[in-house]
Amino acid sequence: MAWFPEFMTLALLGGLGLALIAAPLGVFVVWQRQSYFGATLAHSALLGVSIGLFLETNLTLTVVAVSLLIAWAIFQLSHYQQLSSDTLLGILAHSSLAFGLIIISLQEGVQIDLMSYLFGDVLSITHADLGLIVFIGLLIFLFYRRHWQDLLNITLNPELAHVEGVAVKKVQLQFILLLALMIALSMKIVGVLLVTSLLIIPAAAARRLSNTPEKMLWISMILAVLSVLFGLALSYFADLPTGPAIVVVATVFFLLLLSKKVP
Amino acid sequence: MMHYNGARRQESLTVSTPLIEAINITQTFGDKTVLDNVSIRIHPKEIVTLIGPNGAGKSTLLKILLGLVSPTSGTVHTQKALNIGFMPQKIQIDATLPMSVKRFLKLGFKPNQAPSASQNTVKKTTKKNLPPLLKPWQQWLKRLFLAGAANNMGDNQRLHHIANELNISALLDHPIQQVSGGEMQRILLARALMREPELLVLDEPVQGVDLKGQAELYQYINHIRHQYGCGILMVSHDLHVVMQHTDQVLCLNQHICCSGHPKSVSESPEFQTLFADSQEGIALYEHHHDHSNCEHTHGQPNESKKSPPPSPPSHNKEEL
Repeated sequence: MAWFPEFMTLALLGGLGLALIAAPLGVFVVWQRQSYFGATLAHSALLGVSIGLFLETNLTLTVVAVSLLIAWAIFQLSHYQQLSSDTLLGILAHSSLAFGLIIISLQEGVQIDLMSYLFGDVLSITHADLGLIVFIGLLIFLFYRRHWQDLLNITLNPELAHVEGVAVKKVQLQFILLLALMIALSMKIVGVLLVTSLLIIPAAAARRLSNTPEKMLWISMILAVLSVLFGLALSYFADLPTGPAIVVVATVFFLLLLSKKVP
Repeated sequence: MMHYNGARRQESLTVSTPLIEAINITQTFGDKTVLDNVSIRIHPKEIVTLIGPNGAGKSTLLKILLGLVSPTSGTVHTQKALNIGFMPQKIQIDATLPMSVKRFLKLGFKPNQAPSASQNTVKKTTKKNLPPLLKPWQQWLKRLFLAGAANNMGDNQRLHHIANELNISALLDHPIQQVSGGEMQRILLARALMREPELLVLDEPVQGVDLKGQAELYQYINHIRHQYGCGILMVSHDLHVVMQHTDQVLCLNQHICCSGHPKSVSESPEFQTLFADSQEGIALYEHHHDHSNCEHTHGQPNESKKSPPPSPPSHNKEEL
């Protein structure tokens, strides 16, 4: 297929993999009202990019490391009741972004295309990235198989879940770390500014078609896959930036379903 | 103060070990002391009512007993593998979570509850219905699609039985976010009972319920105690009207102000007329403070600390 270049195959596989790992995390982000948490992690991913450039190491590695570190910090600080989590997330999001931008600006002779980090760049997907996406997908699958019911109970009421014998803190920390991993990897495809949308828009759209948590999970996965497929097509044929194209398609799905009554 | 059931109670309780016991609990937040050297214990089949004004530390004590908060000092002993049914005061569920009342109740089943004989037969029948190719994957598919939902006959029967008793059967297919406050309280109680608890912890179970409803609920709770043989800890901010069958009332205000047994409504002529229709189930509690450092006034704002034990406050009439 001469008309279908290899980067497009990689983008397609990466995008589909991403859709499949974003949706399961996304439903819980929506149910637990944590979308701002996703945004914070995404902002801090840029700090990872700048540190990676500074140390001249593998960028994916530093982005993943910094995201995990910030996620862990948020988790620990959220049990420290002095600040509301809203304020805390705001401070972390913007201070890490500011640090990231300053570290980038301090490095002379480094020319990076900030736009590609902010809005995603499908050309940058490598085989290694695909491998990582598959790896995280596997982790998420195993985690959900084991803890789906625990996660639902934590979403309903963490104290009740604790009394009923769920290891609330452990499950929450694992979920947050998986979320951080997913966000770090999706940055290349949809970009820092749009990562959260991939988490929440398919899930929010799926709500209109679901009457059980499981249905919402499957439908949000389908909607995310469709958004990536149409978004990539739009981007390829109409020469649009990939991340925004995917998000626009997802938003169209959401709007189309908005008129539908919740079952 | 000795009551008709006092001696009998003492006798029956000394033989059993407590389900849960908190000894000399002190909790401070910063320089504020919330609980000061509080001890409490609950035995099997015993009903303990914890009362106290707002800010008395009731919720904190409850959280410490449930292991949600670790106390500044003091210890909590819990019987090994104690099965606790907890009914929180209220629960906020985001509208984006699609969930029926039935599913909410099913999520409360203990995941590792030993399967009964009836459950095994059901498993066999479901296997028969599956296409042969899928059989080896049955367990896997079930986990994937039902996500561990308790879906067997024994659990379902119990669910419907409890739903019937608590009069929530008609709500089972409703979205959980659309039930009223009183319905939600019954649903939460049902979920706690679904676990066949050894200890039932109820946080303000009659909040916002009228007196008739209170009396009904108290009678049902007394029935639960006998049916499940569980100990019950109940928290209430109503300082005077408590459950009739309570074995012990603890009045908390940072420290245990006083404790004792409730007085039957029929013994109190003032209340007898007031509670004419619904005295079965509810009872009164008189406060006898043996020390003067109790700052609260039990519903009588102008009561002097030196005054004799309060007679039932008259303004309760309006509230009730």
